[in-house]
Amino acid sequence: MGISVIGEKCTGCKKCEAACPFGQIEVIDKKAVIQEGCTLCGACHEACEVGAIEVERPILQGASDLDTYRGVFVFAEQREGELRSCTLELLGEGRKLADKLGQELAAVLLGDEVEDLCPLLVAHGADKVYLARNSNLRFYQTESYAAVLTAVISQYRPSIFLFGATTTGRDLAPRVAARVRTGLTADCTSLDIEEETGLLLQTRPAWGGNIMATIKTVNHRPQMATVRPKVMKKPEPYPDRKGKVIHIPIKVNPKGMKTTLLEVIKSREQTISLEEAEIIVSGGRGLQSAENFKVVEELAQVLAAAVGASRPVVDSGWKSHPYQVGQTGKTVQPKIYIACGISGAVQHRVGMESSETIVAINKDPDAPIMQIADYAVVGDLFQVVPELIKVIKSRTKKGESRKNLT
Amino acid sequence: MRIIVCVKQVPDIAEMEKMETDPKTGTIIREGMPAIVNPFDEYALEEAVTWKEKQEGEVIAISMGPPQAEDALVKCLSMGADRAILLSDRDFAGSDTMATTYTLARAIGEIGDFDLVLCGQQAIDGDTAQVGPMLAEHLHIPQITYVNRIEVEGKHVVATREVEDGYEVIRCRMPLLLTVVKGINVPRVPTYSSLSEAMDKEIPIWTAEDLDVERDRLGLPGSPTAVTRIWYPVPRTGGQVLTGEPPELAERVAQVLLNILQG
Ligand SMILES: Cc1cc2nc3c(=O)[nH]c(=O)nc-3n(C[C@H](O)[C@H](O)[C@H](O)COP(=O)(O)OP(=O)(O)OC[C@H]3O[C@@H](n4cnc5c(N)ncnc54)[C@H](O)[C@@H]3O)c2cc1C
Ligand SMILES: Nc1ncnc2c1ncn2[C@@H]1O[C@H](COP(=O)(O)O)[C@@H](O)[C@H]1O
Repeated sequence: MGISVIGEKCTGCKKCEAACPFGQIEVIDKKAVIQEGCTLCGACHEACEVGAIEVERPILQGASDLDTYRGVFVFAEQREGELRSCTLELLGEGRKLADKLGQELAAVLLGDEVEDLCPLLVAHGADKVYLARNSNLRFYQTESYAAVLTAVISQYRPSIFLFGATTTGRDLAPRVAARVRTGLTADCTSLDIEEETGLLLQTRPAWGGNIMATIKTVNHRPQMATVRPKVMKKPEPYPDRKGKVIHIPIKVNPKGMKTTLLEVIKSREQTISLEEAEIIVSGGRGLQSAENFKVVEELAQVLAAAVGASRPVVDSGWKSHPYQVGQTGKTVQPKIYIACGISGAVQHRVGMESSETIVAINKDPDAPIMQIADYAVVGDLFQVVPELIKVIKSRTKKGESRKNLT
Repeated sequence: MRIIVCVKQVPDIAEMEKMETDPKTGTIIREGMPAIVNPFDEYALEEAVTWKEKQEGEVIAISMGPPQAEDALVKCLSMGADRAILLSDRDFAGSDTMATTYTLARAIGEIGDFDLVLCGQQAIDGDTAQVGPMLAEHLHIPQITYVNRIEVEGKHVVATREVEDGYEVIRCRMPLLLTVVKGINVPRVPTYSSLSEAMDKEIPIWTAEDLDVERDRLGLPGSPTAVTRIWYPVPRTGGQVLTGEPPELAERVAQVLLNILQG
């Protein structure tokens, strides 16, 4: 285990110096020299264009070493200084796993001016928060975040590391897993500890939910998994819980990175993301036109729901691709999924079948969606949906949102 | 410009409901289930071919899988790939995403220099979306995932990626790896003549022998994750059927919604 600079290859270009998030490389006499505090994060190796830096991490094969990896770590995902709700769900789940193992639960938080989030993480179950604060960590970027997490793993050796299966988690976790050479299970819907072995049991759907599989990472650490948002319950916060914040000293030089984030564009159309929505109102070819699709949007609006669509709606250009639910779109799991004018082809069903309650409005009682809906409403959507909007509106006070209904 | 596209052959789940289940075990009898090119990989291939046509260069499709995966590569050739390579060996069987990407990375190493590696967002059988980022790490190149737009500017790529609440625009010098989403393009449909031409092309099969690999990192033994149990969930069944006049239906649906939201 260790890091070495191959003298003949090193050109003294200083790219590694700029890339090291921990300030542990100095170019002296045109050769890179690694300092004591190296965390083996691998950022220099990534940045080096002549292959002069080699990082060797221990590869875990022997059972004796495995026990030295302890604790459950959770990647605390934030966007613009706000915690993603999946982070709290992960803390709730992580707490249960940590208690079963008799080990600690830690949150790993990266960002700029995010220290306010630490008490929130502790209140939701974290014993420790590892905090890397830097203005260059304000936005998620694969390179910088992967380097910090690799360093955290090398130094603190967690037994389990969990991520939300969001676009960020699914971009970051595999990069880190490959770098530390461990296993990663995608998009888990249930986690547990195997009693005899203390191993993490990671259960996930495959083939669009037609098969379930339980997966273990036996000889490698950490045991890494991404977890599907909305599946685990958010824990009750205890504001009096005590926890420790550990600062990870970090300096990120954007010049040391190969990618540049030019722009972050907020979508003005969809304010509620499909993956995190409690309610989704989805429309299909039964709507017949982009103009007609507005009725779906209006229902969504009065319910404070997100809008979804079947593939023909997207292929006809009534809605853009991020709205598509299904095999070649999003997999969603809301409390309520309302399908309007959708037949429920298998490619659509695999994306929404695990919704808690399915309401289908369709004039064809034999449509496949009607066979899986909890409430199969047989009727013309152009009559039923406007009526439904009226009823919901009448129960909502003026200017108030659905929340006031509940 | 040399572009490598990673392609996986996947079972066609549309056929799944027509499949018979084994009356004893309740498992699906998979034999004979038709296979297709992973839909997301068609977008990756289309994007590669489009850029090749604009910039000149070469598109190489590469797939790891059983011998039948050759069919997927024939389709890629018919869609405009210049050549295709199949990685197939008993020793590759049972690979998880780590072993798969290790093998793919070594094969790409054999191919030599490249500007872009393109993958689909995810494969519809495993749905992991892990192969792209892991492969990029093994190749020591940056990655941009969930890309719905690619611009090539000299030696750089400017890519737009879809995130939950919008888009991110990222610039990166080549070489790099991109995974693409559905919205990026409309894949061309092979013609009869492009298909028959593709069928005449030779698709070399590379085995572990042909790659500079550590054997213990291949296949099932080289995979850090292990599947310990597989089962088939009970399929979802229907509930209440509501019929009647629209106002009455609306009233009942509203009540259902309110009950759930208040419950
Ligand atoms: C590789 C592949 C990937 C795919 N991926 C996806 C995917 O990700 N997502 C997806 O959705 N599809 C996907 N599809 C397409 C899928 O197979 C179906 O074609 C599609 O889901 C059908 O959409 P639909 O239900 O809106 O349209 P249709 O099947 O045409 O259904 C329309 C429904 O509306 C009803 N209807 C019509 N008028 C009214 C009315 N006035 N009132 C009430 N009901 C009415 C009809 O009875 C009918 O059931 C994919 C296909 C392939 C081959
Ligand atoms: N066996 C394979 N051979 C070639 N490419 C693959 C293979 N498996 C996955 N890929 C590529 O990686 C992408 C993501 O796959 P996955 O991580 O399995 O969801 C796919 O869209 C393909 O581009």
